Amino acid sequence: MTKVFGGGTDVVRALDGVSLGIQENEFFTLLGPSGCGKTTLLRLIAGFEQPSGGEILLDGASLTHLPPFRRPVNTVFQSYALFPHMTVIDNIAFGLEMRGLSKTETADHVAEMLDLVKLSDLGKRKPGQLSGGQQQRVALARALANHPRVLLLDEPLSALDLKLRKEMQIELKRIHRDTGITFIFVTHDQGEALTMSDRIAVMNAGHVLQVGSPTEIYEHPTSHFVADFIGETNFLEGEVVARDGASAKVRLSSGVERQASAPKDAAAAGRVSLAIRPERVTLSQSRQTGALNGRVETMVYFGTDTNYHLRLEDGRAFMVRLQNHEGAQAPFATGDEVAVEIADHALQVLRD
Amino acid sequence: MADTAHRTPRALDLKYQPGFTSVAMLCFFVLYAPIAVLVFFSFNANRSVTRWTEFSLDWYVRALANEGIQNAAVTSLEVAVFATVFATSIATAAALATTRVARYRGMTAAYTVINMPLMVPEIVTAVATLSFFALLRTTLGINFGLGNVMIAHTVFCIPFAYLPIRARLENMDLTLEQAAADLYATPWRTFRRVTLPLLVPGVIAGAMLAFIISLDDVIITMMVAGPGQTTLPIYILGQIRRGVTPEVNAVSTILLAVSILFVTLFFLLGRRRT
Repeated sequence: MTKVFGGGTDVVRALDGVSLGIQENEFFTLLGPSGCGKTTLLRLIAGFEQPSGGEILLDGASLTHLPPFRRPVNTVFQSYALFPHMTVIDNIAFGLEMRGLSKTETADHVAEMLDLVKLSDLGKRKPGQLSGGQQQRVALARALANHPRVLLLDEPLSALDLKLRKEMQIELKRIHRDTGITFIFVTHDQGEALTMSDRIAVMNAGHVLQVGSPTEIYEHPTSHFVADFIGETNFLEGEVVARDGASAKVRLSSGVERQASAPKDAAAAGRVSLAIRPERVTLSQSRQTGALNGRVETMVYFGTDTNYHLRLEDGRAFMVRLQNHEGAQAPFATGDEVAVEIADHALQVLRD
Repeated sequence: MADTAHRTPRALDLKYQPGFTSVAMLCFFVLYAPIAVLVFFSFNANRSVTRWTEFSLDWYVRALANEGIQNAAVTSLEVAVFATVFATSIATAAALATTRVARYRGMTAAYTVINMPLMVPEIVTAVATLSFFALLRTTLGINFGLGNVMIAHTVFCIPFAYLPIRARLENMDLTLEQAAADLYATPWRTFRRVTLPLLVPGVIAGAMLAFIISLDDVIITMMVAGPGQTTLPIYILGQIRRGVTPEVNAVSTILLAVSILFVTLFFLLGRRRT
């Protein structure tokens, strides 16, 4: 898919050669910073925008040139977009009525949906009389009432406060499980993406950088951007000395050699960027020859964990996260000289 | 209170500048004192509009019984209702065509052209309209009679009806219409079920503005109207030439009351937000 906005010299390539395959019944997340093209992609699937190039297929049939009202997909809008002049019941019934269902069928579906989102008592209210969380549920019920082939969710939880957002995340997972509908979920919140998705597509600047399960995306980011955008990451320089399929032997600047995971299209030899998660390494007292040596600059206590911010010998910053144990004294203090111990396969070779 | 933080500090508040109250009061006096005097003397028992004797509703009784006034009022209403219905319909279509479409070349030009009549001196429009109908009559032999006045009124009411309708459309969330389309509503049903119901306050406001503008018009009506097509303002103007009597005051006061009623409704509907 390609989507270009504007013309002449003022062109924005919102989507640049994006290609994705989404499975039936999948909870698929488009994750990326604002302006990465994730919402544009969702709007193309809904039919609110026309692609500049490419096709959208559903079960092999093209949706590309159908108007939004002929597509078997429904959207939960970021602003909810509930009809302010209609009651909750009329809002949920709207799509059913437009599809020409009988009055009794419509009433049955609406009751079922109100039950699904636990709003059976509020059917006669207008959207203006509901809280943000309740409006969110109505928006969800209105979209789901039509049993769409695909449900599109455009940052639906972004307007809710933290506690409600956590509740709705669990609710959404439950509803996804109960209905068996394919969900395409757009968010810029990496935590939300990791906890909810079956698969995630990480997007930036109109490109899809990586598609994979939350574990794959977190444990094996293939690019600098993905490693940096999701979770916390340390970056190191290294050299590939041997390559074997999805793994590579790399030599760090300190001279240590380790096995690392490597994406298929990464360099087979030469200098590469490496990523390593702060919780995948351990620390040991005192310097060691051939290890990554450094000094503890700051400690940040998080309850379950403590983050140690190190300054390595070559001047780089490096962060290590260690789990806290009950009753134990913190094993290191500010100013301590320490060595970072990296196990095999903790390192990830990056494409760029 | 939530809005306390946004309140203008007292030192910058225009209300507390020296002379603010006196200037404001002077403006209100100049604006409304003549109207107050006119209303006051419509209740005068005497024939004079400058010397008060005692309270009476005689002039209202007389005005309402006056056949000339009755006919003029009916003509005025016929013209105003016709102009309101058509001007509002056209203005609604124009407002949709300038807000609910992808930006097109000439959109700004269209907007300017629709609003231009507000900027053109009315006498110019009046003379042009007169010439237009004269041309129709002499070359094609077409004369719609009172229809000429109705058409002329419809035309100059369009921009007045257009403004509040467009304002309402611009404040309306576009995602509502997208949501309707997403829920299988065709463009027509989206309009019927979502756009139009939410647009109603704007349409009513536009219609009332058009109605008042039509009811009050003198210049264009005077040029276009033929014999026997006297509207209320034209009738009042004719009466004044023969000297002002409290009867004219009474008719003017009734017209004023109708205007105030409409302006109040206009204001209330404008405030109602969905």
